[in-house]
Amino acid sequence: MIDVQKIREDFPILTREVNGKPLVYLDNAATSQTPQQVIDVIVDYYQHYNANIHRGVHALSQEATDKYEQARVTIQKHFNAAKAHEIIFTSGTTHSINMVANGFSSLLDRGDEVLVSAMEHHSNIVPWQMLCERTGASLKVIPMNQKGELVMDAYEELLNEHTKLVFCNHISNALGTINPIEAIIEKAHQVGAAVLIDGAQAAPHLVADVQALDVDFYTISAHKVCGPTGQGMLYGKEEWLNKLPPYQGGGEMIAEVTFEKTTYADLPHKFEAGTPNICGGIAFGAAIDYMNSIGFEAIATYEQELLDYATEQLLAIEGLKIYGTAKHKTSVLSFNIEGIHPYDIGSILDKLGIAVRTGHHCAQPIMDFYQIPGTVRASFCFYNTKEEVDVLVAGVIRAKNMLR
Amino acid sequence: MQIQNIQEEIVDEFSMFDDWMQRYEYMIELGKSLPLIDAQYKTDDNIIKGCQSKVWVHAELETDKLVFTADSDAIITKGIIAILIRVFSNQKPADIIEANTDFIDEIGLKEHLSPTRANGLVSMIKQLKLYAVAYQTQLN
Repeated sequence: MIDVQKIREDFPILTREVNGKPLVYLDNAATSQTPQQVIDVIVDYYQHYNANIHRGVHALSQEATDKYEQARVTIQKHFNAAKAHEIIFTSGTTHSINMVANGFSSLLDRGDEVLVSAMEHHSNIVPWQMLCERTGASLKVIPMNQKGELVMDAYEELLNEHTKLVFCNHISNALGTINPIEAIIEKAHQVGAAVLIDGAQAAPHLVADVQALDVDFYTISAHKVCGPTGQGMLYGKEEWLNKLPPYQGGGEMIAEVTFEKTTYADLPHKFEAGTPNICGGIAFGAAIDYMNSIGFEAIATYEQELLDYATEQLLAIEGLKIYGTAKHKTSVLSFNIEGIHPYDIGSILDKLGIAVRTGHHCAQPIMDFYQIPGTVRASFCFYNTKEEVDVLVAGVIRAKNMLR
Repeated sequence: MQIQNIQEEIVDEFSMFDDWMQRYEYMIELGKSLPLIDAQYKTDDNIIKGCQSKVWVHAELETDKLVFTADSDAIITKGIIAILIRVFSNQKPADIIEANTDFIDEIGLKEHLSPTRANGLVSMIKQLKLYAVAYQTQLN
């Protein structure tokens, strides 16, 4: 059970006002707020043991290195990765995806095919388009239906012996759809294709077991799970990470350097050139610990309640349409009101202290699919309340009355 | 009327409103009531793409003055466009180049000019000034 009032006390930002109104923060799919427990870890790092890692012999460096590597183990255990060095620290999901896309540049040829789902974030489309331009491979799209679910029959038809890679998000940022990634991975493996799952939107709501899924690559961003911005991870199976060339050259990622030849460091350092976001990595671990202290089962149950309540309340507004009505979805509600631009609704809601996202959510192909300029998106976290849903609903009604 | 005077007039009008609701209601009325651009100019060439709302702008020189028409698919954006047109249209290019837009802040609509809104308005003002520069060169 979630004691939401108690949990809210962990988040200092939730007590602030916006435009003279109590903040109602419903833009959690864009970024989650940070609990005091994680803020304390960040402050503690800079106050007590800020030092460069992996190379100093002094105490501070050792302490920082230990905490950074402990965070990697925390994340490894959370995702049930077989080895800690399969967790590569990155600046976020976009960085992680680009790392893999870049790595595959030398592994793909003309005639190869890569599949991407129709409901991807731009960050899981553009790197692959760039990869295809570099290699001559072709990009095919797994279609979706009106509910915002992938058409699995079409997916199976697209798979063939030329398919080398499949990319799909675990959960759609614009629609909230939970994709059947178990089946996607299994079918891809049957034709020998590798699979990258973008878990950015899934990580705040559920725990992916990368070994049980048998996924080749899985990516997340720390700031979606109550952690800091500028930090994320790439999980990759050891065999794949060994196969891929390094992404960036620099310090930390080398074993030996001469002007004739450089040999690369072992995993994970091969992919972690330069001084990393040390504080970010440590705080990322603290954020995962925080989420687990609440418990993902309790989070899922509570967020489902919020989603059901908000869906029912919003649908009672005449002319309101929800985009993304998949059977399996998380606490994301993308909607429009007939004849009103989402920007206008968002502007009025902002005046009422309600933070939602409006626009295409970096998923223009989805908006094109529904032939809309964008949506208003309210996304809920375990610290949101039913009372906040009521404020949102009242705000939408007020906006509608003003704008119509 | 000079740009400066029109801006003062608008600031005066807005000072009569007590709260944001009234300001927004006025903006929405402005947005709804004005036919802002001739359909033939609502082309892809004239579109200024923001992330969120689209803005179309057309400029024409009438003797020594620039006449702007514009439109948007979002009503609040359209309301601000109506205000911008009232300020900048029918003015000499040199005056448009010189003019600032601080009055938007004074009438409490500053947030709509923030780049994070990505609504095409910032680009629209830039485009109005670019037109002014181009036509100024032509007049010289």
